[in-house]
Amino acid sequence: MNGRDMSYQAVMSRKNEIMKASLGIDYDDYIQSPIAFDYERMMAETGYTHDDVIRIQHETKVGNTPLFELRNLTEAVRRSSPPGKGARILLKDEAANASGSFKARRASISAYEALVKGYPGMIAATSGNYGAAVASQAAQRGLKAIIIQEVFDSRGIGQPEIIEKGRKCEAYGAEVLKLSVGPELFYLLLRTLEETGFFNASLYTPFGVRGVESLGLEIANQVRAAYGREPDAVVITHAGGGNLTGTARGLLAAGCEQTRIVACSVDLSGLHMASDHDFNRKSFTTGHTGFGVPFATWPDRVDVPRNAARSLRYMDEYQLVTQGEVFYVTELLTKIEGLERGPAGNTSLTAAITLARQMDQEQVVVVQETEYTGAGKHHNSQLSFARKNGIEVRRGDPGDSVPGESIVIPERLEQVRGKVQDLDRLRISYLNNAARIHPPDRWGEVDISFLAADLKVNTDWVRQRIGSLSQNDA
Amino acid sequence: MAKITAGTWVEIEQIILTPEQRAPTLPEDTKKVPYVLKVSGFLLAEAELGAPARVRTLIGRELEGKLKTVNPSYEHTFGQVVPELLTIGLEEDL
Ligand SMILES: Cc1ncc(COP(=O)(O)O)c(C=O)c1O
Repeated sequence: MNGRDMSYQAVMSRKNEIMKASLGIDYDDYIQSPIAFDYERMMAETGYTHDDVIRIQHETKVGNTPLFELRNLTEAVRRSSPPGKGARILLKDEAANASGSFKARRASISAYEALVKGYPGMIAATSGNYGAAVASQAAQRGLKAIIIQEVFDSRGIGQPEIIEKGRKCEAYGAEVLKLSVGPELFYLLLRTLEETGFFNASLYTPFGVRGVESLGLEIANQVRAAYGREPDAVVITHAGGGNLTGTARGLLAAGCEQTRIVACSVDLSGLHMASDHDFNRKSFTTGHTGFGVPFATWPDRVDVPRNAARSLRYMDEYQLVTQGEVFYVTELLTKIEGLERGPAGNTSLTAAITLARQMDQEQVVVVQETEYTGAGKHHNSQLSFARKNGIEVRRGDPGDSVPGESIVIPERLEQVRGKVQDLDRLRISYLNNAARIHPPDRWGEVDISFLAADLKVNTDWVRQRIGSLSQNDA
Repeated sequence: MAKITAGTWVEIEQIILTPEQRAPTLPEDTKKVPYVLKVSGFLLAEAELGAPARVRTLIGRELEGKLKTVNPSYEHTFGQVVPELLTIGLEEDL
């Protein structure tokens, strides 16, 4: 701290020592090669069983959220589906957690860990909901919280949803460091960890993902109790991938091995995530492809040495939806189901409509979260801001929209149809990223097995693709 | 310029990295502008708007920067009505 070199390069080069001090996890213990590590052992050694997780979460107003059946929406979907089709759509009301989203699950175990290890406070770098969750959990545990958030462009302007998320962090008593656009959030995180000696409440630690597992467990139990079957599909909004990883692990722990795990993101292709100009041309602040695709295809790009959120390990399908489709479905949820909820949960709800249409009526599809809504964090706020910033907003065929230029809100439910991403393409992109870090001619058995598990394929699948990786710099 | 009294809730601004000090791989537009931090706290000693100042944040940390705003407030709203949304769900055939 004192007298230390605080330049970008110097702080970044102290990354490993800062991480070790701020987390108390020695990742070297799990690392097997530049790409492979013992993921399952790392997850097992968090020291928290599922019973511990549930008990800790109960203490701080997390978990045990209701599971609702969306009867009117299911009916509406059935009317536009082939005969016999139209699965029941269920919604897990995660907005009921303290701080208003599933992120409370993720922050709860970190807060507990920080407390028992004697840290005076915790720090998280986040797009917002997680910050509110950390601040709320810290407040309940008597810890200080610092939230580092990307808020405004070089004109000093931030979109309403981001401003609202910052407000919520401050409302719970956190210090909020509000930043202009750029990936140097990570630099400031390291610097602040070093200055304060606080706990690194990273989204990507085993504690964070473990905390989400209770969500998968609850879904399994609630669906079994109410419908006497296992969930046929669970749809999960995907950004950094922890939501999907934790939920899927919880479902597996509950024995739901046949449940189809479906990721969903808002399609923002063409917009650059580190661009000052593009920052305010998106109408979603998370759950979009700008996070979803890079994180799925290379999880180890985060603020800890190895990421506990590894979505391709668990994913069976990846749906994309447009901004306009999600806004339509948000309004529909309000008008026909009497529930006003925020954008992230409604992203997976949008994909669930497409899936339900293809599934049989006796099947169930679970939308595994909602999030809170309010001034700023509302589709009307976001759309009105978009319009003010020159984005065209109209009703029509959502397929005609161009991210950053237009938002096309469907005219009818049948126009909500989403689009699937080719999972093999994502897997190959992951392998290319791995090849850049560790050349394939040096991959040993441990690497091949790790890659196969991380991509939910067998080792032959990986071996067959090695030859085409070196030439193919995708 | 008017002095702002100690104890006032204010927002300060700091340049964290100048364009030259920023991360090496940035899009062109981002590379041209500094990396800026804003944070709120209670002013520790009387200061003028635009001048260097120190604050105590909600968690008690002391930070310094240029004094930018007095009583920084959240004024975000639901925005101007977007009429395209109003009829969704009311239409005859969904
Ligand atoms: C409410 C909500 N849902 C879903 C997500 C996506 O979760 P993940 O980043 O773990 O993929 C986020 C992340 O920002 C969120 O805040």
